[in-house]
Amino acid sequence: MTKNIMIVGVGGQGSVLASKLLGHLLLTEGYDVKVSEVHGMSQRGGSVVTYVRFGDKVYSPVIDKGEADVIVSFELLEAARYMGFLKPDGKIVVNTQQIDPMPVITGAAEYPKDLVAKMKAAGVKVDAIDCLTKAQEAGSSKAVNLVLMGRLSHSFDFSEEVWYRAIEAVVPPKFVEINKKAFSLGRAE
Amino acid sequence: MKELMLGNKAVARGLYEAGCRVISSYPGTPSTEVTEEAVQFDDIYAEWAPNEKVAMEVAFGAAMAGGRAACAMKHVGLNVAADPLYTMSYTGINGGLVIIVADDAGMHSSQNEQDSRNHAIAAKVPMLEPSDSEEAKQFTKLAFRLSEEFDTPVILKMCTRVAHSQSLVECGEREEIELRPYIKNIAKYVMMPANARPKHPFVEERAKKLLAYAETTPLNRIEWGSGDIGIITSSTSYQYTKEVFGEKASVLKLGMVNPLPEELIKNFAAKVKRLIVIEELDPIIENHCKKLGLAVEGKSLFPMIGEFSQGLIAEKLGFSPKASAALEEKIPLRPPVMCAGCPHRGMFYTLNRNHCTVLGDIGCYTLGAVAPLSAMELCACMGASIGAVHGFHKVRGEEIEGNTVAVLGDSTFMHSGMTGLANVAYNMSNSTVIILDNSITGMTGHQQNPTTGYNIKGDPAGKINLEALCRAMGFKRVCVVDPYDLEECDRVLKEELQAKEPSVIISRRPCALLKYVKAKPPIAADREKCVGCKSCMKLGCPAIGIKDKKAAIDETLCVGCGVCTQLCPFDALGTKKGGALS
Repeated sequence: MTKNIMIVGVGGQGSVLASKLLGHLLLTEGYDVKVSEVHGMSQRGGSVVTYVRFGDKVYSPVIDKGEADVIVSFELLEAARYMGFLKPDGKIVVNTQQIDPMPVITGAAEYPKDLVAKMKAAGVKVDAIDCLTKAQEAGSSKAVNLVLMGRLSHSFDFSEEVWYRAIEAVVPPKFVEINKKAFSLGRAE
Repeated sequence: MKELMLGNKAVARGLYEAGCRVISSYPGTPSTEVTEEAVQFDDIYAEWAPNEKVAMEVAFGAAMAGGRAACAMKHVGLNVAADPLYTMSYTGINGGLVIIVADDAGMHSSQNEQDSRNHAIAAKVPMLEPSDSEEAKQFTKLAFRLSEEFDTPVILKMCTRVAHSQSLVECGEREEIELRPYIKNIAKYVMMPANARPKHPFVEERAKKLLAYAETTPLNRIEWGSGDIGIITSSTSYQYTKEVFGEKASVLKLGMVNPLPEELIKNFAAKVKRLIVIEELDPIIENHCKKLGLAVEGKSLFPMIGEFSQGLIAEKLGFSPKASAALEEKIPLRPPVMCAGCPHRGMFYTLNRNHCTVLGDIGCYTLGAVAPLSAMELCACMGASIGAVHGFHKVRGEEIEGNTVAVLGDSTFMHSGMTGLANVAYNMSNSTVIILDNSITGMTGHQQNPTTGYNIKGDPAGKINLEALCRAMGFKRVCVVDPYDLEECDRVLKEELQAKEPSVIISRRPCALLKYVKAKPPIAADREKCVGCKSCMKLGCPAIGIKDKKAAIDETLCVGCGVCTQLCPFDALGTKKGGALS
């Protein structure tokens, strides 16, 4: 049975490390894995999405509407944007940080209010946390991705040790401790 | 041990294992990483060429000299390199020559979604099409063998979802391939009419041999399934098809998409009740089936436009859609924007303020067309801005001399702008050309080019001086401005538009995302002084917003470029100094 994780956010937020970590971990745990992302123009502050799929045998590299088990979002609006990709009983792990898109900045559109409540009302599980604060607590505002991975880890049966080994494998040595701490702060709650 | 590997990296791995000696490319999404990964291998000489035509000619020269060689490009890059391709099909090669081309169905980062298979058909060269990273590596290696066996360039066709997806790859060793001897052979390589005429029959004969190969190659395989449906497909569409049908349909998976087999397809069709072709973009396999007299469905079910997915295939074949979570909420779009501190912004603001008609080009600066700047009126292909501004002048003359400009980046200028500029100099239009020199190839992710002074490895290299180059072409008016200085930009632009001769303005400042460009402290907005006039909002800077009717700076995004401070009539924007603004 193939499992589907979507990682979404704003171009430049650093979802690459998150997908790299997941990919490595799933590979070492013996799964067939596919990770798909789009490079280029959308990375310039646009909406970005990475698909991570794993199971015994994975064919398609992309996730379609109604297929995602979990959406991990670096930004609140982006979680809402991709909700149609989630299974009806799926889960959203979301950083509550809000980044205004250009139409909101110019006043052509409004940033929707109470998105977490609205997403919950739609019947999906929502795990919303302020990752930026946790990341700063861990020692770097750039560690938002690992706080999110810590939260996401509850959707898997892997031990903490397995996650730590994956962090050691994909993160440069001098950032391992900060990233482990960010992960554990995310996982703790 | 298998590795999780990007499709493009797997191609580079294939180049390495196949004993490839040279790769020359021009960056273009989604092909760029092939060359960026190839440069990691010391056994491969890799370089960025000024454009795809040069890259292919370099690769051809290397192959002619007896070594295995490659070049990589995006789909529109193959248009630029089409000229060498079509005649290299005639000459054939010596060492193997593999051309990697990456299509972009869905236009994630492209100006059109043309189907590169048409080039392979027209140039009469074989084309292989992998469907995941392992195949990308294997097919790359096989492409070299086919190239040498059939004396032809071979195209390896990637697409966004194969190039930019990671899947498992088993790595092997590098095969050391001896240089083939180079022997002078005028009849083979000098394509003047007397020599080219006998080469055309060679090409047609080769096509027949390749067709025979296509009938039996393991690149094309049948996976028999349980149902009545038979599907012919390739590339990522194969993966979507398997996702939908599993073992419930028979699948003819084509790994070689030019030439297409005939007997294999007819035999497959004979054993299924309903024959369906699933292919993105053009109906090439479908039309081939129709030519064979087969009853087949393809574009009657599936779109000619955009990318496919498992959901799309399921829907078009009548499966009920999957239930999904849904949110009743209007979600504002998040289009890509010029980064905070982007050096292009100041020049686009100035062009906007002077009500210029801006004929633009391909690069990050194409985002100058996006609101609120909305300062660009053309983006077609690399270098088109300069040809177009000259054409504008030849039709409208003095009427537009004071307000029409061409705008293109440093890398785009090197790629295809120089010839356009030569035309302006030669055929004398009073054009103003603005080169946005951000000292890098930006949109594709920071590749070096002939104006940066560094090569693909980051080592010092030849550096072309843009001012000297333009002067050598005969431009007397060549000036350099700093796009962070709005007053200077405005003054120089007005002067050059008024001048009664052609001119070049070089708007020079390095991309704000380059590692060596250090951000300054963020700008702060003084809420006391701000009257909410929104002058600063005209820049379209993602770091500036309005909170409670007054300007607010996002300190996490602002790099302190200071352009906005020059716009504020009330001195409400400045750098923080001991709490006060300066």
